[in-house]
Parts: sequence; C-alpha cells; structure tokens
Amino acid sequence: MSRTPPKQTGDPETTGHSWDGIEEFNNPLPRWWLWAFYATIVWGVGYTIAYPAWPGISKATAGVLGYSTRAEVASEIAAVDAANAAINARLETTDLTAIAADPALLSYATNAGAAVFRTWCAQCHGSGAAGAQAGGYPNLLDDDWLWGGDITAIHETISYGIRNEENPDARFSMMPAFGRDELIEGKEISQVVNYVMSLSSPPQDAGEVAAGAQVFADQCASCHGADGSGDRMQGAPDLTDAIWLYGGDYARLVETVHNARYGVMPAWQGRLTEAQIRAVSAYVHGLGGGEAPPAE
Amino acid sequence: MTDTTEQSLYKSREPIFPKRVSGRFRNLKWAIMAVTLGIYYLVPWIRWDRGPSLPDQAVLIDLAGRRFYFFWIEIWPHEFYFVAGLLIMAGLGLFLFTSALGRVWCGYACPQTVWTDLFMLVERWIEGDRNAQLRLHRQAMSLRKARLRLTKWAIWLLIGLGTGGAWVFYFADAPTLLRDLVTGQAHPVAYTTMAILTLTTFVFGGFAREQICIYACPWPRIQAAMMDEDTLTVGYRAWRGEPRGKGNTRRQKKNKALSLKIAAEEAATGRTAPAYPSTPMPYAAPILPQPLADQPPGDCIDCMACVNVCPMGIDIRNGQQMECITCALCIDACDDVMARIGKPRGLIDYMALTDEAAERAGGTPRPVWRHVFRPRTVLYTTLWGGVGLLLLFALFIRPEIDMTVAPVRNPTFVTLSDGAIRNTYEVRLRNKHGMAQPFRLSVAGDPALRLEVEGATHTTVTVPADSTQLHKVHVIAPAAAAPARRARSDIRLWAEDTESGERSFEDTVFNGKEN
Repeated sequence: MSRTPPKQTGDPETTGHSWDGIEEFNNPLPRWWLWAFYATIVWGVGYTIAYPAWPGISKATAGVLGYSTRAEVASEIAAVDAANAAINARLETTDLTAIAADPALLSYATNAGAAVFRTWCAQCHGSGAAGAQAGGYPNLLDDDWLWGGDITAIHETISYGIRNEENPDARFSMMPAFGRDELIEGKEISQVVNYVMSLSSPPQDAGEVAAGAQVFADQCASCHGADGSGDRMQGAPDLTDAIWLYGGDYARLVETVHNARYGVMPAWQGRLTEAQIRAVSAYVHGLGGGEAPPAE
Repeated sequence: MTDTTEQSLYKSREPIFPKRVSGRFRNLKWAIMAVTLGIYYLVPWIRWDRGPSLPDQAVLIDLAGRRFYFFWIEIWPHEFYFVAGLLIMAGLGLFLFTSALGRVWCGYACPQTVWTDLFMLVERWIEGDRNAQLRLHRQAMSLRKARLRLTKWAIWLLIGLGTGGAWVFYFADAPTLLRDLVTGQAHPVAYTTMAILTLTTFVFGGFAREQICIYACPWPRIQAAMMDEDTLTVGYRAWRGEPRGKGNTRRQKKNKALSLKIAAEEAATGRTAPAYPSTPMPYAAPILPQPLADQPPGDCIDCMACVNVCPMGIDIRNGQQMECITCALCIDACDDVMARIGKPRGLIDYMALTDEAAERAGGTPRPVWRHVFRPRTVLYTTLWGGVGLLLLFALFIRPEIDMTVAPVRNPTFVTLSDGAIRNTYEVRLRNKHGMAQPFRLSVAGDPALRLEVEGATHTTVTVPADSTQLHKVHVIAPAAAAPARRARSDIRLWAEDTESGERSFEDTVFNGKEN
C-alpha cells in the first residue's frame, strides 16, 4: 500500500497520487451512491442469468426467460401482418382500377409495393425501376409498354410472368430467329434493319430502306403492324418510338433480327400474396408511365 | 508505511433539520414558489383556439404529431432550431444571472429547491419545527412517530403524483388525458411517466435533497467559473462579526476585571501570570474567541441561527462554499437576531468579495448597480438579447407554406417514347394553415418545360390542413428542347397557394441526355 499517512492529524486523507505536487483528497462516497453501484452489479449478474449472455463453443447460454431476438422479430412481423390484415383484405377485394380513387388505399399500396419491388423485382429491373438494356430488362418508368401499361395489364404480367413455361397463363410471344433459322438472307436482314431504323431516326444506309420496306411488309408486319407501331396483344414492340429494349443501333438490331430475343420473367402468383401483387402493380403503375384503364 | 487511522471511505448522509425562518428573502422565496408552481401546474389547462383541426391547448408538445404549440406559435420538426435557440438563451441567461447574482437559480427557481422547500413546509406542518423534528428523529419507533412519518410520506407522495401528473398534461390534451387517467384508459406511457416522476419527486424532495445539489448536479461545479469578485453572493461580514461569542459583553467586563486583578497581583507578588486562561471550547470554530481585554467584541453572538435554518447544513460564516445554494435564509435568520440584540442588519448579507475587503479597510461598499453592471454582464445580456432578436426575426419571416424538392436520381432521367426527356422530383408541400389549401405547381427555367403531377390530371393539388404531402412531380422537356439536350439545366419549381397568393420556390436541376 502506497498510501501516505495524513501529514498532520486533522488533514484530509489523500489518495497518495501526486502530480507536480497536486494531490487528490480521498473523500468518501455517499452511501446511497455506493449501494446504487452494488445494485448495478447484482442487476448485471441477474441479467446474465435471465437473458442470453455467456458465449459457449457453439452457442451462447439461452437465459432462463427464454428470450431471443429472432423470436422478437418474428412476433413483430406477425404483429405488423395482423395490423395490416384489414387493409390487405381491402386491397384484395377492391377493383384494381378503383384503387387510385381511394387515397388511403393507394398510399398503402404504393408504399407496400415499393417494399415488394425492392425485395423481388429490383434484381432485374433495378432499384430505381429503370431496367437495364444490357440484360433486356424493361424500363418501367417510361410510357412504352410491351403488353400494356394500365394497372390490369401490369397485374396480369406480374401474376403470370413472361414466357414462363410453367404457367399456361403467362404472356408468350415468339419472334422467329430470321437469320439463325435461315428464313431470310443476310442482305435482307440489313435492308429491314435499315428500314426499321428509318422509322424513328436516320438509318445506317439510306439506300437499303426501300428494299427493307418490302421485307418488313412480308415478314414483320403481321406482328409489328404495317406501320411498325407494334401490337400489344402479341407483345410486339413499337418500332417507331425512341425506346429500344435491346438497343436501337445497327449492330444490335441486326443481332435481334438474326437471333430474336426472348426475355423472361417469372410468375409471382403463388410466391407473393395477391395483396402483394396488387400492391406492386399499383407501385409500378405509379412510377410515371402508368396508363389509364382502356375505355370499355 | 502503515496508516493507523482507519477512515471509512463512505459517508452516510447527515440529516438536516432546517428551522423555520421569516423575513424578506423567505417572503420572496414563497412568492417565487407560488409563481413557479402555479405556472407548472396551470399552464397545461390554458386553452387557445386554433381552429377545428388543431388542438386547443395553449402549450402542447405533440410528440406523435411532431408539433410544439406555444400559444400563437407552432413549431414544426424542421424548425427545431427555435428550441435550440431557446436553450442557448436559457444557457446565456444562467451565465448572466450567475455572474451577477451567484447561484440565484439554485437558491430560488431550481425545481429541486422549490420542491424541497415545499416538502419541508409539509414536514413542518406534520412534525413541527426543527426541535420537534430532532426529538422525533432521536426517538425510537412508536405509534406516534409511525403515524407522523406515514402522514408526511403520504402527502409527499400526493405532491409527487401531482407533479408527475402535471408533467404528462404537457404532452396530450389535458382534460381528455385527465378523464382517461381517472378511468384507467390512458396510455401506459402516461402512467409509467407519472410513476417515475412521482417516485423521483418523492425521493429527491423528501430524502436526497441537498445530496442532489452536492453530488448529482453538475451546475454547482460549472458555476465557479461564472462567478468573480464582483458577483453578489451570500456572505458573512467577518470583520464585523468577529470575534464571535456568547455573552461577549459580559465576558469583556469580566476579562477586564480579571486582567486588572492579575496586574495587581503581579505588582504585589512580582510573578508573571500565564498569558490567558485556557477555556475548553464546545465546538471547533475557525476563529477562536480571544481574551477580550483590549479587543472589542464582534456582533456575532454565535447563536447558530444561520446554521440552523440552512437547508444545506453548512455554516456560512466559514465563507462561500460549494454547498451553498444562496437561498439567503441565513440572512433572514441573522437579521432577525440582529434586530433583537439591537444591532444593524446585514451581518450576513448579499455582498461581493471586493466589498468585504473594502469594508474591512473601513471603506464603503460599491453600490449594487456597479457590481451588476459590468462588461461581463453587459456582454451576456447583449448575446442573450441578440439570440432572442434573431429568433423573433426568424419567427416572423417564416412562411406559412413551404416546399422541399428532392430530385429522383435513380435514374437521373427517363426517355419517353416520343424522345422527350423526363425528370422526376419528390416534392413535399407543407401547409401550416388551419385549413386545406390548394397549391398550384409550376416550373420556370425554360419555356419548353412542362410539369405534370403523377396520378393527377392537372397541376393544382390540395394539401390538407396542418400537414405535409408528398407528390411525385414530373418535368418533361420535348426531344428538341434545349434542356433535353443539355447535361444539366437549372430550373425553379414554384408552389403557389391559389387562395392566399403565397408563393414558395425551390431551385433544382434538370438532367438531360447530352448529345
């Protein structure tokens, strides 16, 4: 013990520490403070017995109260599900086109749909829903739709998917691989590509446009329409607008006509609840490109 | 080295039984207690009409709705700097008062002091004054003691309950909450808050008392840096009081007679007597009474009145101490005694350190205003007033409608089928009016730009009363327009309240396809 005795009787006791001659008094703690300190120690011991605390080799002690954070999360999720049960039921029974007229329901659907989108859709369509030309994932923000942009059409696409062979209701379209299957000659491919380019922008070779128009009328017009504006019933894209799912330059268009493109999307019916599908439909419809329901 | 003197490292509280006192400072403290407690208990019940969709409580902290209502002022979360400003003013105010008047906050207005004072008042009603309390304290437990203790604690608990009860009324509509509390339908948080505050009031006001000030509160430590030699604090005029002693006058006569007798004896016998007789002292006083043959006695008659009334249990005659909260009750007690023995008041008084020195040298103290009015307090007052004026200014220029714009950057722009470029902005419209207002949105920066509101057919939206609404707003530039072909264009979004004509704008950017 390095404690120095008091210098004189009556001088306060010091801790014995000295810094440049400055000493510290060893003043007593108040009793209540001391007991509060002991109480925290007792509390700490009790806490480690009651709750999971001590690490073992494979897992920590469980604690006598049986508390676990996982169970707490599960119960919180269950509580949220229970709290949303009423509005989810309302979402499932409301006509899709009537959701927009109900502000509370629309707000719920849009926010819930955003969460569903980030969990299940963002992997392909991107977190901002802008899609990706490299993978042929459509941009959901613009006003161009392959199969229709009103909420009912969006809902159908999400429910059954695209070219999903496991679901008979899935949207299905099949462009022939004109080059690979040798349906038309390479020269004709170049001609028709130049014609298609001319519909929205300057072509690669203006001299081939006229010949391409004939090829288009023979081979393509049945699906894409005589004017090239596409057909949503068959999922045939509009070739006259500024939007190209796989790219609109000469090389990419040649590749598209040669090999054809078969983008796929899974069906979400069965994997998501109907309320979730409706919510994400409302979310996608509200991204900026949503169309009004077709007039009856 | 071994330390033979065993000293416990822990100190138990020494009970303090302050004696009742009356006088000018006691009256001032009663008045301040009445005002502060009155404000605390009554303010939640003041009504203030704000229209049908807003609460009619004058002072309300609506945590769930994220609003703070103070009479005609309504603070939204984004205006929290008002609260920060008020806290800065409170801090500067404390600096000002402490540098001018010492621990005047501690002594008069601190809730710990006010409630402890109230609890001591109750204690005196139930158990009697200091002497009765001391007797009761030393008695073994008896039926009477138990009865008195239980009555006292019950009243303390009721006061505590009232304290906690008044607190929760600041956070919800008071009449509704009171009804819910009584019928048992209030939120558990309200009951929990009340229980905690009841308990802390009971323990802090009834038992911990001066321990809170000495051990728990940081303010006494900070205040030392605020005070200087001009600060008016409670002090003892040692030059006037010393040498203190009971029966000074009588002893002086006796000593004079004694010294004459000694001198006579010395003259007669030729021997020298010891300098003065040793007197056993009943207590350890810092300045021991001297033999008084040639020294006039001081005014302090050592009656201990100042010590007996002190709620902190200290002796002010030992000088300013960390424990002293400058409640000034010792001034009242001493003035009373001085009046009775026919001496002028003010043996214990508010004074500055410089006064003490000047008076000791025979000078006159500086007037109070010279102590209070000095560069330091002027600086604090200026800062305090400056912050206050800034807040007032900010309060009057803040708009009733407000808009924040967050451009959507994922993606930065969208190409539409006709080649037009579209940017999307998340626009938050804030309507602080008491009724729903129509807002017309428009864009400026290039005449070709067009604005659309997602999900709406026109650009006027209605924002409900006292709320914020989020809208997705699209700005579209036709393919041929300049903003569509430029990487960035500066644009300005306008929101106009079509009823009141108030306008608000936000500058942002439009991202185009650079080619």
